[in-house]
Amino acid sequence: MQHSLNRRSLLLGSAAFTVATPALLRAQPAPIKLGLVAALSGQSAKSGEGITRGLTIAIDEVNAAGGLLGGRKLELVRRDDESNPGKGQIAARELLDREGCSVLFGGIDSPVSVALVPIMNQAKVPFMGVWAAATNITRNGADPNFCFRVSAVDVLVDKALVQYAMRKHGTKSAGLMLVNNGWGESNRLGMTAAAEAAGLKIAGIEKFEDGDVDMTPQLSRLRAAGADTVFLVGNAAPGAQVVRGMQRIGWTAKIISHWGISGGRFPELAGSAARNVEFIQTYSFFGNLNATGQRVLAALRAKYPDIKGPGDVSPPVGVANAYDALHLTALAIAKAGSTEGPKIQQGFYGVENYAGLIKTYAKPFTPANHDALTENDYVMVHYVGEQIEPVTG
Amino acid sequence: MLEIALVSGLGLGSIYGLIALGFTLTFAVSGTVNFAQGSSVMLGAVLCYTLGTTLRWPMVLAIPLALLGCAVWGLVVERFAVRPFVARGSNAWLMATVALGIVLDNAVMALFGKEPRALISVLADEPIPMGGIGVYPLQLLIPAVALAVAVALHLVMQRTPLGLRLQAAVQNSAAARLMGIDVGRMVAGTYAAAALLAGIGGIMVAPLYNVSYGMGTLFGIKAFAVAILGGLTNPWGVVAAGLLYGLVEAASTTWLGSSATQIVTFSAVILALAFAPAGLFTRARRVRV
Repeated sequence: MQHSLNRRSLLLGSAAFTVATPALLRAQPAPIKLGLVAALSGQSAKSGEGITRGLTIAIDEVNAAGGLLGGRKLELVRRDDESNPGKGQIAARELLDREGCSVLFGGIDSPVSVALVPIMNQAKVPFMGVWAAATNITRNGADPNFCFRVSAVDVLVDKALVQYAMRKHGTKSAGLMLVNNGWGESNRLGMTAAAEAAGLKIAGIEKFEDGDVDMTPQLSRLRAAGADTVFLVGNAAPGAQVVRGMQRIGWTAKIISHWGISGGRFPELAGSAARNVEFIQTYSFFGNLNATGQRVLAALRAKYPDIKGPGDVSPPVGVANAYDALHLTALAIAKAGSTEGPKIQQGFYGVENYAGLIKTYAKPFTPANHDALTENDYVMVHYVGEQIEPVTG
Repeated sequence: MLEIALVSGLGLGSIYGLIALGFTLTFAVSGTVNFAQGSSVMLGAVLCYTLGTTLRWPMVLAIPLALLGCAVWGLVVERFAVRPFVARGSNAWLMATVALGIVLDNAVMALFGKEPRALISVLADEPIPMGGIGVYPLQLLIPAVALAVAVALHLVMQRTPLGLRLQAAVQNSAAARLMGIDVGRMVAGTYAAAALLAGIGGIMVAPLYNVSYGMGTLFGIKAFAVAILGGLTNPWGVVAAGLLYGLVEAASTTWLGSSATQIVTFSAVILALAFAPAGLFTRARRVRV
């Protein structure tokens, strides 16, 4: 009798499970996977962490609001490119082919993002740059173009840096210290054009490798050529070598930097001279924050115990760009009504208004413009201890 | 600019020479070299950082212990990547030492982390004004230490019983064995000493640069070029070649620009070896047939 009851129960249970399974599956639709290919290790590891945090806070908000496309949750899948274009390409192919990601987000390194451009355009899957600023990431000549960006653009950053240096420090003669890769080259072109347009003399252009131990020879050439300001384009570790090299040769010229230095442990590596460097960001968590800023800062403090205040959101540019980029991507997917790449690409063009962290975006993307930020969205900052604070005065 | 080129060139050149001395030591005694010498540079710096900065041990303790770690690493390289292959008459130690270096780099990456860190030193904090430029005390110390190490090595080789045994092993290892000299132990000892020299280089350069798992690669490559340039069997030649290499590197950057540095430096190495295949400071051995 006992045996018979058990068998009956089993049969009933199986039947109930068979009937209920589709309903359960309907209740938990497959997530929409979003990939991140960024430096999660190495000298720019902090950039990858900042981007991850910005994306995570935004994903939490989208998911808490019910997800997208009828309740599908967003899921972030991360891969470390180790600042290496080859590794970035392998990671991107894996995220597209094996993980089936609907959109890929990029990291700090322009050479990696530039290497991903043809892959993404060929795969017809949108790529969203949230840090790397090389001009040709979005302005790549492809039609259709699947690469978008919520970040600075070198050609605009260079203009902003030149104008800032001339206005704030009275710069008359510029010395360029550029990392010897595609990003440095992108800025060489942009900086030269910006200086020419502004009537600023370029005293010299020097390049360095990421692993260079001593940069005093390059710096002494710039000093001998009469440069009164050094424009620096490089990441944290080599950027620190530039600053220490200047200290070593006793050169006190002002250093105006692109934002690569904020992606690593620049204050630790550069020592006390780190404060002399003024650099560009797209956002600062200091000052009077708008409603989105207050909400995001509160969410960051709640989720990450090491964040006690605005100065602990480091690097802020990675967090802010990634946060806004994720929400704009979510709006594009909603507009597309699908996770198919070409439809999401059209969805980006359909995004109208979004009150974000950096600004209120109005029609941020068009077929002719894949960059959501302009030169009006930049802010100059410097390190105070370990914290990034706006330059005042 | 001349002063800056000199200070920069002599500082880096001394480091290259110091690391390259390790190549000459092992090559003289065993005819083999440790191609993971760059990893020993890194190990010295990482151990010093870990003991002195992370664990906050006093540097007078951290530095000797870091160097001891390097010496032990040298013994490991000889025991597992060189000796088994040499015993079989194989040249596979070439690849084995490279592979073991990669293993060490990756192990350090996993344990130490991937981010470069700063090794703070009072010797590389405030530059001393000197002839219109600033020089860190460490930049003056580096050539002095490199020279002192070279002199000490020379004295050990020429004036001590250990040096005599080493010379015997170099000149005729079979005869040395018959005289009761443990040549195997001599070879292992030179590997330990070579790694220790590289460790000294790593610890001295770290405060001027940074500490990271990949910091030794470029030093290892350049030091090997210096060892070839100076003559693998000529310690003083190697020290001189190191200084020369550093000066050419700094001078080409200073006067021709950074884009010319690697082109000029490595072209100079090729040119020098074309005219002096045995090294700039070593006479080619005549072979009678």
